[in-house]
Amino acid sequence: MSDVPLSEAPPPWTCARCGEPLTLGEIEVAYLGSAFPVKLWHCKRCRLVLIPEELAQGRMLEVEKMLEDK
Amino acid sequence: MDQKELHALEAQCTQEHAPPCTAACPIHVDVRGMLAAVAADHFDAALALLTKRLPFPGIIGRVCEQPCRAACNRKDLGDALMIAALERACAAYGAPPPPKRRLPGRGKRIAVVGGGLSGVTVAHDLARKGHRVTLFEATERLGGTLWETSEDVLPRDLLTGELTQALSDGVEVKLNTPVTTALLDALHADFDAVYLGVGQGPKADFARELLAGVAPDTFTTPREGVFAAGRAIAARPTFIESISTGQRAAISIDRYLQRVSLTASREHEGAYITQLYTNLGGIAPVPVIRPTAPAAGYTRAEAVQEAQRCLQCECLECVKACAYLQHYGSYPKQYVRQIYNNLSIVMGTRQFNTLINSCSLCGLCGEICPYDLNMATICHEARQTMVAQDRMPPSAHEFALRDMAFSNGAAARLARPAPGSERCDYIFFPGCQLSASAPEHVERAYADLREMLPNVGLLLGCCGAPANWAGRSDLFAEAQAAFRADYAALGGGQVILACSTCYQMFKTHLPDVPALSLWELFSEHGLPPSAAAPRSLPGPLAVHDPCTTRHESAIHESVRQLLREMGLRIEELPFNRERTECCSYGGLMWLANREVAETVVQRRIAEQPLDYVTYCAMCRDFFADRQKPTLHLLDILYEDDLTARAMRPGPRFSQRHDNRARLKRRLLTELWEEPMSEPPAIPIQLLLSEEVAARVEKRLILEEDIREVIAYAERTGNRFHNPQTGHFLASHRPANVTYWVEYTPVDDGYQIHNAYSHRMEIVMQPEKAE
Ligand code: SF4
Ligand code: SF4
Ligand code: SF4
Ligand SMILES: [Zn+2]
Repeated sequence: MSDVPLSEAPPPWTCARCGEPLTLGEIEVAYLGSAFPVKLWHCKRCRLVLIPEELAQGRMLEVEKMLEDK
Repeated sequence: MDQKELHALEAQCTQEHAPPCTAACPIHVDVRGMLAAVAADHFDAALALLTKRLPFPGIIGRVCEQPCRAACNRKDLGDALMIAALERACAAYGAPPPPKRRLPGRGKRIAVVGGGLSGVTVAHDLARKGHRVTLFEATERLGGTLWETSEDVLPRDLLTGELTQALSDGVEVKLNTPVTTALLDALHADFDAVYLGVGQGPKADFARELLAGVAPDTFTTPREGVFAAGRAIAARPTFIESISTGQRAAISIDRYLQRVSLTASREHEGAYITQLYTNLGGIAPVPVIRPTAPAAGYTRAEAVQEAQRCLQCECLECVKACAYLQHYGSYPKQYVRQIYNNLSIVMGTRQFNTLINSCSLCGLCGEICPYDLNMATICHEARQTMVAQDRMPPSAHEFALRDMAFSNGAAARLARPAPGSERCDYIFFPGCQLSASAPEHVERAYADLREMLPNVGLLLGCCGAPANWAGRSDLFAEAQAAFRADYAALGGGQVILACSTCYQMFKTHLPDVPALSLWELFSEHGLPPSAAAPRSLPGPLAVHDPCTTRHESAIHESVRQLLREMGLRIEELPFNRERTECCSYGGLMWLANREVAETVVQRRIAEQPLDYVTYCAMCRDFFADRQKPTLHLLDILYEDDLTARAMRPGPRFSQRHDNRARLKRRLLTELWEEPMSEPPAIPIQLLLSEEVAARVEKRLILEEDIREVIAYAERTGNRFHNPQTGHFLASHRPANVTYWVEYTPVDDGYQIHNAYSHRMEIVMQPEKAE
């Protein structure tokens, strides 16, 4: 899923707890035993990760469906 | 499903069987394919199809006895297709396909005795197979009895032309060479095999004994290596039979020379009766086209016109009736194999999972199929197999299973004897969907039942159908065990069911529990006491029978009787009673394949311009949600403003949960004066605009999921903040799905801007800053 063309523009979100702007970094997501690296925005301090709607309802959903048929 | 079951199921679908014309044709010309090509003015393609089976299209197009026509499905609809005349047109207007190449020589020598149609056929076929053939003809010309046909019908140059052409490659022709007993002995010694195509009459005398002993399927004679067919042995001495038996004798000779079985897999050689069913209903007669100049045969345009009368016979009855079967572009014979293959995959993509999960299990196909092939049973079993193999996509049915768990959980399930009674003579089991859609009707019906009958207990819950449909035998067994436990605790009694799916589940899986439908009960005992007073009734309504009542004719009758008793005029849908269609809720089709489900429900509501009346809460809600005014039978019994009621959209999923929970709470406190021990849902007030509510509904996110996210975010502080809009964004994963909610706290609760979900999980967290 690392081929997901995520917009590199920082999202409008900040970490509500730390008040920090988010940073982009590689994070691993998994489903049904398959793991994928994906670049996601997150809070560097408390490690809260943002999964944006476009990703969840788009590419992620596709990959989920694909893995379910494996 | 094992191989054997697969083959048995495949054999049940006859869609791939030959059309009647081809089956009746002794040499099985692909008439349907040929006529399709002619109808499209593609004579080259048509001739190519014809010559696959027939080496002499020009001759046969003029002289064929056409047993195919007697079988043609058009015969009572404007007369059978003029098949031979169309073959003649193919020969006239199509470019002959390039001659098929002979197989490499195989060094075997065959003597063919007789240059009539069968002999020429045998010589031609065996030469093509790479054998060296010598043909002995007693007279000075090839063609035998063909010469008895008048010259107007069969021009002589065409006769000799086609026969000579057929033998041009690999056959040595010896004319004026009568064969005698002595010569036959010599041929038998000299050649690897001998074929006798000697016709009838004195000229065949020398072989009389051999001909008398011909085996009808393999065309062997009592003498090893000698074969015979054609008119000499024909039950029906026709030209086309001579070609047919000649072709089959050639197959035997070739097998004999290869020393393989002469008898293996030779079924359906020669004319037979097809099992292909073709529905001829609604087909208008079209008169046969006759050539304006009969001697010249059809003009090109006439041939095209005549070929267009061909019905292109096929079955596809089930496919025409079922949008799901149509959606996948094929038919059950293929689907069965795809399903079988899908279940057998060890590694790789199971591309037919969705196909298996999309069937509504309604069983209409099985009702329609002339051979009773029922995809419902096949798909249902396949689902159970997938679950057992641990290959069922988790997302396929989870939402419905959660819904069922809710109905059977503490918040909604309830089992009580009638207030003030100890035992139950009856138990009202309204079903989870009626309680979700019209809880007030459940209450009212329960009150009526208590007035009508002694000791009516109540059992709120789900019969387990979603688990059954999902192939989850484990969860289904659990739901049934829960019922049995409650039933035993209530002390038994007759169960009164208001949902036809419950009824089907009870009847099939709890056959020992006495059950009857609410509709049968009302039609026997009279209208319920609280039934609405006479009021202005809508015009005629069309009755939609829920698909789970397919085989319940007693229910069909009761419902119609009740409707009439209420003063309604009813009309029947084209697909009704045992041929009724699913609303798309059945089998969890709506969840597994929304696209197909939408087609199914849209098709159903478009079948009749009248408003519908039905007796399943799900069917009603599905139709009304798509702007088809639809009444539930209980609406007619209990509601005053039927126009408004028919348009009422079904409650949203979250509302359905609330309705069930509230029904339990209210009945408990009002009828049994018991407090509800279970705490109500998380007390968080949500504000959703219509648009957001609809979006969230489509994404199968419930308000209770949203509440959990907010409770979690507010408790832990794990949330994002958008300084521009002031919105918060947070997520929570209570089980297999992560829910995200974008919200703003407001005075009296939370304004919800958006919600979405995913199943993937974050497994490796980002590194923490130093
Ligand atoms: S109705 Fe359907 S399953 Fe039955 S023979 Fe016809 S195409 Fe096959
Ligand atoms: S209508 Fe066409 S396909 Fe059907 S039997 Fe006649 S020729 Fe064959
Ligand atoms: S939806 Fe009904 S008619 Fe269609 S295949 Fe399934 S059981 Fe048969
Ligand atoms: Zn933080």
